[in-house]
Amino acid sequence: MLKKISVLGGNDKNGIPETIRRLDIQKEEVLAVVGPTGSGKTQLISDIEQYANADTPTCRSILINDLPVNAEDEELISQHLVAEVSQKMNFIIDSSVEEFISRHAKIRAIENIEKVKTDILAVANELTGEPIYSTDNLTQLSGGQARALMVADVALISNAPVVVIDEIENAGIDRLKALEILTGHGKAVLIVTHDPALALLAERRLVMKNGGMYKLHRTNTEEKTLMEKLLTIEKKTARLRDYIRSGGSIDKNNNNEEGETLWQEYMYIPR
Amino acid sequence: MSLKFVIVAGTPSSGKTSVMLHVIRHILTDKIKVAACKIDCLETTDNIRYGRLGIPIAVGLSDYLCPDHFYVANLEEIWRWAEKQNAELVILETAGLCHRCAPALKDCLSICIIDNLSGLDTPKKVGPMLSTADIIAITKGDMVSQAEREVFHQQVQNINPDARVIAINGLTGRGSLRLKNEIMKSQPLETITGQTLRCSMPAAVCSYCAGEMIVGSTYQMGNIKKVDFGRAE
Repeated sequence: MLKKISVLGGNDKNGIPETIRRLDIQKEEVLAVVGPTGSGKTQLISDIEQYANADTPTCRSILINDLPVNAEDEELISQHLVAEVSQKMNFIIDSSVEEFISRHAKIRAIENIEKVKTDILAVANELTGEPIYSTDNLTQLSGGQARALMVADVALISNAPVVVIDEIENAGIDRLKALEILTGHGKAVLIVTHDPALALLAERRLVMKNGGMYKLHRTNTEEKTLMEKLLTIEKKTARLRDYIRSGGSIDKNNNNEEGETLWQEYMYIPR
Repeated sequence: MSLKFVIVAGTPSSGKTSVMLHVIRHILTDKIKVAACKIDCLETTDNIRYGRLGIPIAVGLSDYLCPDHFYVANLEEIWRWAEKQNAELVILETAGLCHRCAPALKDCLSICIIDNLSGLDTPKKVGPMLSTADIIAITKGDMVSQAEREVFHQQVQNINPDARVIAINGLTGRGSLRLKNEIMKSQPLETITGQTLRCSMPAAVCSYCAGEMIVGSTYQMGNIKKVDFGRAE
């Protein structure tokens, strides 16, 4: 059982030892990984996924529960350490939600398939505002619905102990709740993101620079307050979206909340 | 002279060359001499891509022949060419056109590359290319859901339970290190002459193989097989 993954520091792109010499990621923890494009975020995930043993370009090593990974341990190596949910992913199988969940559950040898089906739909529907039905076709789901279903599936069926969230947009999915669900199922969650709200949702954030692990911040009280504000803004934007989508309009005479706050806060450009 | 002889096959556009380029880059950092040979049908530009790595590269175009038959008939020549290049490792990439390709040799490491987008039933359809491979690399995982990856992985493993299955991203190279390690673990051969195919090649000796172009039974000779319409599909 995985309790802790450690990354032992190697080199950055110039071969200079990276600042962070050891990074421990605990089970049920959320860690954000930030940094500009090309700073080495993907390589870090790749090192973890491949159980690097000073043999990747970064020379990092991975420890599982404080122990090095034996390259001959086929059983461990072939086991999926990392599951992923990303904005780029799509469902491509022409199948109903229900059929596909049972197909996935079967390969994980889950016995009570009916129960897992109900549970996954319940969790997914908790995460998204647009209801998902078991008879819906996977490929017809909206971006938010698909992401919600992917998170629910990773939490309940996939047996990988680490989940990498690669940039999920807030549209149509409650990201805070998604993280709670994943950690609630014992996963360690790595969020690779450029989005400040998502980065501050994590307890800690790792900053990447020039291929190396550069800084490690613990999210402080001010940042948490800011994060709450960002999430409130997101909620308001979501409400505005629904309002406009369902035929609402914004003008001075319309004395509703959308008109009052949102128009002023987000649409009004000060002179 | 001993040589590691690695055979790479896979479905069209699955990312065979992209994956192997990442793997070769890893191998070159260990100062091992690598040569590559690409067998294709009518045209290929993959030699340019391999060539950018600065390694010796040969191309064989089968033209009017079945690329697999062409491949097996040239193995000794490819071996001798690789020897002349002083290579310690040769990567032989085949065309991967019909789903009956069966390029694996008994004592050579055989790699099959297949992508997640090809559909859940594809592993069943591709036959010996996948079922006799030692290692199966699955590409394009970044484009499908985690669940689909896991189901596809299982489909592949069901068809070939003994193969080591590795997920690789052909664009970023993620996962390619494990394939490199598997290649480095494989045993070199002393000679390719006398090696045995793991599965027979698709048979093909009929009048059309010999250039016949007209449709109709009277024009057909040799190895002819007809559709059995009595069989329910």
